[in-house]
Amino acid sequence: MTVAMGEAAPDFTLPDTDGDEQQLLVGAPATAIVFTCNHCPYALAWHDRLLDVARDYAPRGVRVVMVNPNDAERYPRDSADASRERVRSEGGWPAPYLLDERQEAALAYGAKTTPDVFVLDSAGILRYRGAPDSDYEAPRERALWLRDALDAVLAGEQPVPAETEPVGCSIKWKSGG
Amino acid sequence: MPAPRIELLWWDGCPSHPRALADLREVLGELGLDPDAVSVREVATEADADAEEFVGSPTIRVNGRDIAPPRDEPTGLTCRIYRRRDGRVSPTPDPADLRDAIRAALHEEAA
Repeated sequence: MTVAMGEAAPDFTLPDTDGDEQQLLVGAPATAIVFTCNHCPYALAWHDRLLDVARDYAPRGVRVVMVNPNDAERYPRDSADASRERVRSEGGWPAPYLLDERQEAALAYGAKTTPDVFVLDSAGILRYRGAPDSDYEAPRERALWLRDALDAVLAGEQPVPAETEPVGCSIKWKSGG
Repeated sequence: MPAPRIELLWWDGCPSHPRALADLREVLGELGLDPDAVSVREVATEADADAEEFVGSPTIRVNGRDIAPPRDEPTGLTCRIYRRRDGRVSPTPDPADLRDAIRAALHEEAA
């Protein structure tokens, strides 16, 4: 079962790169959950833009959460140690980096790729799902679709578009899919 | 002068190969070579990746030489990370790198 547009998204408690448990949903006026990883060129290409969104929207109470769902046994660059070292080497992130080692959150949300972005409103209702913007190769796009979705949710409106096609590497499922 | 042997290896878990193939064909055309003279092969299993020394999709080889020789990347089914000449991370190689690799092969064959 995956979350549908306009329906309540499930909450999960996942460890961050320091080993502390964090909930996805903490009652923020808007929440962006970004499934991402360490080894995908699409995720890396969008990474700085996504962190900029976290910084820019933090003063408005928006919670941005990065979640790594990949099978770290098959892809060691997505291990907890590698994720912790990545955050450390980048001087810390303005968003928690959570490890979905059991892949439960990715399955429940129906995440397909890294990155795959889900925007929820204050009630945890899914309001946007898809790519951060239209072009992974264009930093000037500044994650515009995500920013527009957050702006709409903060204004109590439905983002337009509500869905775009996520673009990136397939999530590395433990089943081998 | 024989044309260089161009190979593009891809894995379907990574959506970058159509773009890489289009870039490659455009460069071949610019250099006066046949844009369709690319051997395109899917790498579907980890065993295939090991056998092909495939470190990620897309992998492009000119006369058997990787256009961006991997350092210590392990073989496997994954997306490959390239750097554009302006430093940006990209799922596909910089067309200038494709051009240089093919030109180098042409010069070697002419020498």
